[in-house]
Amino acid sequence: MDQQTFLTQAMIFLAAAVIMVPIAKRLGLGSVLGYLLAGIIIGPAVLGLIHNDSGDIMHAAEFGVVMMLFLIGLELEPALLWRLRKSIIGLGGLQVLLSAVIIAGISFGLGLPWQQAVALGLILSLSSTAIVLQTLQEKGLMQQPVGRHSFSVLLFQDIAVIPMLALFPLLQNLPLGDATGDEHSTLVDGLPAWLQTLVVLGSVALIIGAGRFVVRPLLRLVAKTRQREVFTATALLLVIGIAVLMMQVGLSPALGTFLAGVVLANSEYRHELESDLEPFKGLLLGLFFIAVGASINFTLVAAQPLIIGGLVLGVMAAKAVVLYLLGRSAKLSLNDRFLFAFGLSQVGEFAFVLLTFTNQHGILPQELTSLMVAVVALSMALTPLALLVHEHLLAKRLQPANASARQQDDAIDEHNQVIIAGFGHFGNTVGRFLRAHKIGLTILDNDADRVELLRRMGFKVYYGDASRHELLAAAGAESAKLIIICLEPSEKRLELIETIKKHFPNLRMLVRASNRYDAYDLMNAGMLHIYRETMDTSLRVGVDAMRFLGFRAYTAQRAASLFFKKDEANLRKLSAIRDEEEYILSAREKIEELEKLLQTDMVQNMQDIERGWDEESLIDAAHRASDATVQP
Amino acid sequence: MPRLLLLFAHPALEKSRIHKRLIRELKSIPQVTFHDLYEAYPDFNIDIATEQQLLLSHDIIAFQHPFYWYSAPAIIKQWMDLVLEHGWAYGSEGRMLEGKKALNIISSGGPRHVYAPEGRNRFTYRQFLAPFEQSVRLCKMDYLPPFVVPGTHRMEQQDLETFAALYRQALILLTAGNAPTDPGAELLNDQLTSSGILTH
Ligand SMILES: Cc1cc2nc3c(=O)[nH]c(=O)nc-3n(C[C@H](O)[C@H](O)[C@H](O)COP(=O)(O)O)c2cc1C
Repeated sequence: MDQQTFLTQAMIFLAAAVIMVPIAKRLGLGSVLGYLLAGIIIGPAVLGLIHNDSGDIMHAAEFGVVMMLFLIGLELEPALLWRLRKSIIGLGGLQVLLSAVIIAGISFGLGLPWQQAVALGLILSLSSTAIVLQTLQEKGLMQQPVGRHSFSVLLFQDIAVIPMLALFPLLQNLPLGDATGDEHSTLVDGLPAWLQTLVVLGSVALIIGAGRFVVRPLLRLVAKTRQREVFTATALLLVIGIAVLMMQVGLSPALGTFLAGVVLANSEYRHELESDLEPFKGLLLGLFFIAVGASINFTLVAAQPLIIGGLVLGVMAAKAVVLYLLGRSAKLSLNDRFLFAFGLSQVGEFAFVLLTFTNQHGILPQELTSLMVAVVALSMALTPLALLVHEHLLAKRLQPANASARQQDDAIDEHNQVIIAGFGHFGNTVGRFLRAHKIGLTILDNDADRVELLRRMGFKVYYGDASRHELLAAAGAESAKLIIICLEPSEKRLELIETIKKHFPNLRMLVRASNRYDAYDLMNAGMLHIYRETMDTSLRVGVDAMRFLGFRAYTAQRAASLFFKKDEANLRKLSAIRDEEEYILSAREKIEELEKLLQTDMVQNMQDIERGWDEESLIDAAHRASDATVQP
Repeated sequence: MPRLLLLFAHPALEKSRIHKRLIRELKSIPQVTFHDLYEAYPDFNIDIATEQQLLLSHDIIAFQHPFYWYSAPAIIKQWMDLVLEHGWAYGSEGRMLEGKKALNIISSGGPRHVYAPEGRNRFTYRQFLAPFEQSVRLCKMDYLPPFVVPGTHRMEQQDLETFAALYRQALILLTAGNAPTDPGAELLNDQLTSSGILTH
């Protein structure tokens, strides 16, 4: 590709995304569907603006998936993995096993050789981490049971790709075509099998070892240069380097980077890596979705509409049934079970990789592979639609009766002055407190079980993504006085704030902050009323600790409230002098900031707390002047 | 035997010399309920029901506090505002405290002689304490002369010991049902002199 065509192509891709994604989001369709539609539109089927016969774009785009797995790995602290172990192995394992058995069984029944049936079963059992995570995050469901279970299943699937790649060569049942030749040959190609295995294991060990002993010092070194772009470059180099290494030894790059992510999950630069790579990941994933949209071969679909349609629906139905049953055994609510089943019923991006692989290794014939690529892409495109159907038809029905009818009524007959967004631990305390004083509340929440319960208790509740303009409008944001923002992920809160600033500028916002750094972000967003969630509690512990040590209750209480005031003032001061450029080092910066804080908290500062009751000077004066007039 | 409720208020007891010493005497007087207001309500959020219950189960109410700005530390005021409810403590319906006795137990930086019309403070202790006296009356209780530890700014340790003993004696007399005979006396201290302990 010369520069001219490259830039033109880039322009077309970006333009399509810039136009379609906001439209899709506006319509409540979610960004994934926006990208897919953009791809379909610029693809050969509609405008034919891009010609992607070689699959170049797909390759570039798949790098988005690689990066996504790196970032997922970064999130996976060992403690989290351990906590999720049951659902990863139990739910994930059963999902892959059952779906594979059913799909393989049906394929075998339809007359495929058993090797092909098994390969298909395994490939089609996988779901799309990219689509599902993006969607769950957009809906703010990651912390909910359905989000966590979905994540566990996806994680298991992503890991299961490794043994699949290892197993597939055993399933060879067709003569090896010349297809193998044109893929880039790997370093290990010529080696005997045992050596290959050794090299593979060695690379994994290398990643783990290097992550510990090379990458961290390297990151520290680079961070010291205080050049933000070099740090970004290092992060990219890391991911690309691992991807190359993995491809050289014939392993999946996505898995290599995933592993590297896990190794670095405990590192002090985790957040910097995350924030630096996040935009790349976002763009590349978007590109990936566009490429999927563009790659749907509509001529093929048009030629065999019934067969393809049947296959897509059949595969998705089979997977959905398995997921539904697993959701039930995991004690998800009815609504969440459907969400779980619909959400994960598509076939994922790894299927593209595996389909190519199986084709090259003489397992699946060419026609079947192309057919399946279309099926996979279509199933991905259908997911956002399936979820929409779920959200608009099922979710409402599964909420207690006539939810939507009530929403209309509510908006007319009562205007609550307070909206609470997010009714988890934080929000519900605020809510209970206000309700105890008969203050009318409207609650926005996205946990179906909780919404159901709250409705039964007579609360006015709206189900859904609080940052959506329509939901806010329905909840009466136009006439309310306050909105108390207690949503869980902090990004969600920022999103909501932006929506409110744009559409409901008169609504006063009281915002929960997870910690100091979150509070800084909120200040940058112009928030005036920020409540750090751990602040008051920590100080209460401090007060009690002082009391147990024999301090007077009133003294401890005053000390805490003074400390609180000083700390809030300090927060504002530090936020004002914070410098974006320096922020690259935030782990070290945080320590320096802590040091500053500790210095200002020094005892001397706290001692002027009760000068009013200090009598030394009075007593002195009394001793000096026998008939002093200064003294009562 | 009458029971005495000691409503104690010192916002910075850790810095106190006088009251810290006085309340050490309380351990050996079982008839006295020591109720440390700043410790119980560091947030000033006084529990009215509990306080009223305490009042009902005692016969003598003593406000013990340092003299601050010719009055009591803030929590005493807060306590009075909230606990002495109309219709409960005063008013035609409010007779719950009727017949009980009440007094102030205070310490003052200034010596006794400055609390006189010709002295630097121009008014007597009892004049300064008039709001207490009248509030107590309004609640249909009898106001007893205050017990005062004066001149704390220049008080020697041995004088403080004397006052501690006097304080102890006052509480014992009160809880023995021997309230002073002369409710108009300037200070409760004076009523105790007959027992051989001198006052300032
Ligand atoms: C804020 C404040 C106000 C005071 N006002 C007076 C006053 O009006 N008249 C007086 O005689 N002493 C006054 N004093 C002195 C205290 O009454 C005296 O120091 C106290 O009774 C000593 O008791 P303690 O050692 O238990 O604190 C005041 C002291 C403080 C801290």
